[in-house]
Amino acid sequence: MTIRISAPSSANRGDVIELKAMIQHDMESGYRRDQYGRPITRDILKYFECHYNGEIVFRAELFPGIAANPFLSFYTTATESGTLLFRWIDQNGQTWEEQALLEVT
Amino acid sequence: MSGKQHASTLPGLRRRALLKGALAVTGAAYLPASIAAPEDVDAAVAELFGSRTPQPGKVTVKIPPISENGYSVPLSVKVDSPMTAQNHVVRIAVFAEENPIALVANFELGQRAGKASIQSRIRMGGSQRIRAVAEMSDGSLWSGYAFSIVTLAACVV
Amino acid sequence: MLSRLKISSAKANAMKLLIALIVFGTSLSALGQVQSQFYDKPDLDRSLVRSGTDFLTESTRQMQKDSFGNPGLLWVDQGKALFEDDTSTVSCDSCHEDRLTGVFAKYPKHDVELNKLTNIEGQINQCRTQHQALQPLKYESTTLLSLTAYIASQSRGMPYSVTVDGGVKEYFDRGREYFFTRRGQLNLACTQCHDDNWGRMLRGDRVSQGHSNAYPAYRLEWQTMGSLHRRIADCDVGVRAAPFASGSPEYLELELYLAWRSANLPIESPGVRR
Repeated sequence: MTIRISAPSSANRGDVIELKAMIQHDMESGYRRDQYGRPITRDILKYFECHYNGEIVFRAELFPGIAANPFLSFYTTATESGTLLFRWIDQNGQTWEEQALLEVT
Repeated sequence: MSGKQHASTLPGLRRRALLKGALAVTGAAYLPASIAAPEDVDAAVAELFGSRTPQPGKVTVKIPPISENGYSVPLSVKVDSPMTAQNHVVRIAVFAEENPIALVANFELGQRAGKASIQSRIRMGGSQRIRAVAEMSDGSLWSGYAFSIVTLAACVV
Repeated sequence: MLSRLKISSAKANAMKLLIALIVFGTSLSALGQVQSQFYDKPDLDRSLVRSGTDFLTESTRQMQKDSFGNPGLLWVDQGKALFEDDTSTVSCDSCHEDRLTGVFAKYPKHDVELNKLTNIEGQINQCRTQHQALQPLKYESTTLLSLTAYIASQSRGMPYSVTVDGGVKEYFDRGREYFFTRRGQLNLACTQCHDDNWGRMLRGDRVSQGHSNAYPAYRLEWQTMGSLHRRIADCDVGVRAAPFASGSPEYLELELYLAWRSANLPIESPGVRR
């Protein structure tokens, strides 16, 4: 599962920074059928979280209406140097993570 | 009576036979809509926010006016808010009025976001209004919407 | 009676499609059907060549241009990691230190050893079996798509520079013949849409010139990355013809013709298409 993250490596304290995240996932809606007409079982990412030094600063609950290979962009305020952790959780509880380091001056 | 009607509706029957053929050809494109009816969007809003009624305003939804494909439509939602400790957005929920599940995503943010603005890509089961409802820290609800026409592809495979 | 005339817009659109396809198919096919399936005419005027990007809506164009959010970049990233992967065998980049910059633009080409036309997918599989002791990869597998997309991205911005004469001419001629041959229940040749009618509307879409320079591409309809051969198969199915297999000689020859036909268009892979 390939993940792409866009986050600045440094920011001034108080800056509002844009964070972007994209992950390779079919987001199988459960409404499609295969070539034999059988329904394809739903298989989606259910939650996305962004933790900033351990604190959740953004969270999204996702439904089948989110496009395949989910793309998200959102903002947070740079408060202190540390780690941004991006986590996806699928409908079965399996998780995928990626981190980015942020230096705040 | 039935014989008479049959004779008089022959063009209609022909048309229906044609339609049947055409629908068979295009079946794949309509799959999401054809195996799941749209959900009542007002009920979906009520399920998430209870009896509170969103007021129009403060929420700007952007999607392209014409989408050449409903599988990945760029969406942006911005909410007019100072994003201070006293006054900020806590939630932005996105609803698609013609999708089998009206709720598309439920974004939770807080004062630390600094800016109440999100972007994503969504699925649209046909031309429709996309509605976003923002919940403020004082409990008030605001909503906005945008419309997109999902066009039909040239060739259906 | 009145109620019978009320038909839903979806059905009306379906009916319009049927009529459009019948008119489009039969009117164009009326002349040549009896004499020959080969629709003989000149190639696309090279001064008029335009990328498929020009026929997309602005939002799809933006998605391709987005240096972060182009979804095809997920496959390119994965391809780069695979290119450098030396956990089980010698990595691609240990031989190809130049990261195969500009190499994609020269394919398909004649493989002297195998004495056949080969595209990048075929070349990857040959490297795997000959030099890496690995199994060949299947078309549309994530691994083959990722490697192909990464190698294609290393030629991004360059035009194709395929050889079409000498020993390759017979492949090229057959690829050209494919493009100009009517096929399927709609009895349409590629040229009838992509040379004769590009720029015109077919239902909600503007017909493109059918260039290959975006592939492997992320197609919205597929909701995933896909190969050029998958795209060609979709066109064949679109005219209700039995498609050939990905990697078949027919599609390789057509790929060669398409690469030549796109003249100086820059390679855009990973493209985003509708």
